[in-house]
Amino acid sequence: MLIKILTEACGVSGREGEVRQLIRGEVEGYVDEVNGDYMGNLFAWKRKNGRPLVMLAAHMDEVGLMVMGIDNEGLLSFSPVGGIDPRVLVGKKVLVGKEKINGVIGSKPIHMQEKHKREKPFPSKELFIDIGAENQEQASREVNVGDYVAFDTATVPLKPGVLQGKAFDDRAGCAAIIEILKEDLPVGICGCFTVQEEVGSRGAGVAAFRVNPDIAFVLEGTTASDVPECVEHRYSTSMGKGPALTMADRSFLSNPRINKYVMDIAERENIPYQLRRTNVGGTDTGRIYQTKSGIPAAGFSLPCRYIHSPVSMLNIEDYNNMVKWMKAILYDIGKGGFPFERID
Amino acid sequence: MELKDFITRISEATGVSGNEEEVGEIIQEAFRTLADDVYVDKLGNVIARKEGKKKSEAPPLMFAAHMDEIGFLVSKAEDGGFIRFEPLGGIDPRTLPGQEVVIKGREKIRGIIGAKPPHVQDAKEREQAIKMEKLFIDCGRSQEELNEIIQVGDFISFYQELTWLKENICAGKALDDRAGVAALSILLKELGNRSHDFDVIAVATVQEEVGLRGAITGSYHINPAVGIAIDVGFARRKGLEKERTLQSGAGPGISWGPHVHPQIFNKLKEIGERDEIPYQLEPVPFPSGTDTYAIQMSRCGVATGLISIPLAYMHTPVETINIKDIKRTGRLLASFCAEADEKFLEGLPCL
Repeated sequence: MLIKILTEACGVSGREGEVRQLIRGEVEGYVDEVNGDYMGNLFAWKRKNGRPLVMLAAHMDEVGLMVMGIDNEGLLSFSPVGGIDPRVLVGKKVLVGKEKINGVIGSKPIHMQEKHKREKPFPSKELFIDIGAENQEQASREVNVGDYVAFDTATVPLKPGVLQGKAFDDRAGCAAIIEILKEDLPVGICGCFTVQEEVGSRGAGVAAFRVNPDIAFVLEGTTASDVPECVEHRYSTSMGKGPALTMADRSFLSNPRINKYVMDIAERENIPYQLRRTNVGGTDTGRIYQTKSGIPAAGFSLPCRYIHSPVSMLNIEDYNNMVKWMKAILYDIGKGGFPFERID
Repeated sequence: MELKDFITRISEATGVSGNEEEVGEIIQEAFRTLADDVYVDKLGNVIARKEGKKKSEAPPLMFAAHMDEIGFLVSKAEDGGFIRFEPLGGIDPRTLPGQEVVIKGREKIRGIIGAKPPHVQDAKEREQAIKMEKLFIDCGRSQEELNEIIQVGDFISFYQELTWLKENICAGKALDDRAGVAALSILLKELGNRSHDFDVIAVATVQEEVGLRGAITGSYHINPAVGIAIDVGFARRKGLEKERTLQSGAGPGISWGPHVHPQIFNKLKEIGERDEIPYQLEPVPFPSGTDTYAIQMSRCGVATGLISIPLAYMHTPVETINIKDIKRTGRLLASFCAEADEKFLEGLPCL
């Protein structure tokens, strides 16, 4: 399964090569041209000279860690790459560096903790990665300071139709674009697989500048907070209720005309969708819509529970509806359905 | 079964205190190939007997390691399809968000331990540790689906595949105290080539994590002359006191304190020196919390010893051990069995 292959690969922001290679292998043969840029963004062109040209973007990178030091006992200190709540790191398995050395993040045993200290989270500085090395010299033979660290999580179904795994944010978006590129749609498409979204959406603007599309759609994995201890108006999105259209986030304010256009298509095609309702986090959409003299853009999100942690959750029906919705939009644009003149 | 395969199988099997059947089956299967007879007692302890040369009426030598692990019980299936739970055994709730679990309902289903997402927490909440009662398990199912499968009181265990960090070092769940059970298997194997006077009884005990309960009934029933527990000790890591920890891979800890009979301690140490089996000393001034304590107070008292296999990150799903320490424990105890003769046993009463 495409999502499984893509999510089990490691691609922490700045080291997306493994994911890039997988995607290149998947799309070659289905598109006219595949190329890359200096930051690592990957472009897959279909009907390159067709107008209008639609940019579809999903980021390849995921949150992870970086090795910052190796101590005398061979334990690795680390810092997060991207937004990770350090409270989810304790007791997890990780893969260190290019060779994917197995490691674990342990914690002081409960028996050796003073009770009052347990009321506070483990201080990040006290956490470390253990690769089973006996000392600094042994660890240094396998690991370098600066090595990237990814979570070691298998992607498996929790039940039919629901997957658990890491990096659904945003390999699910990558998988959706790959699926779309495999179909022949009557419109110019550039599938953009961007880098470094998790450290400030640093790849998407550069990509949009190069592609210079008439319109851009960003396919994201986003947080679904429809879980206990949360109030409903702060759910952001709910899992299983369809893909979500982003109204706004910290980097982006959506365009009402585009919103209406895509929602009309969803209604017409009977595709369930929801509106993403938080105002936290930035995405590639925010970069793209401010590129050059402005690019019309919209953000589509797959609701995933527990993103930015070692194990998150995705509803396959939501994913399928995202692909279906996007295909319907692209088909409609290709048929001249989108009022570009009114956007400009 | 090869040691590595055995450790992998028993670590990955479920066996939360009170629900040890699954891991117990695997242990029985392994012990059957190594012992003269194997049976399960009323509480679920797996008991393997290796006959001694003397075939006398003398009470046996008992070696105990617990096969139960920490885990949880289902307390409620909530609206939206979330499970609330109660811990079984000492678990730090801060280690739980983002862990994978298996719920043993009418069928086994998997889930993830979730918490309120960080971006909807305010700054003050983020500075606080997450409390057990705020956590929940998400199986990606509706409440109706869950009610078909689970009920209050179902057992929940961590889901964790064992990972080999190095050739001899592995990380996984339940190595407290399946590492000790693995040492029992080495002991039984070694005794295949060693002559010993007295019957040796290896017991994989139940319900240790909730109060040493299997060891209480097990030792009453076995009525041993000597009882030695094999459990895990705290491996030294950054932030822990040197004096209260053992070094990983430097041999088992031979425990010393009120819970240990001085002559058993001396004998184990002497064998370690002579056979050049690396060991460490583990002084414990205030005993609590291993099967040794229960065995010591069984009937009219038993001469006890305790071996501690160094284990890092105790009571988390990434407990880490060096299997060299398991093999050394098995060898040390086999020599102990070979040398525990009538004279040694006669000298045990404290006069």
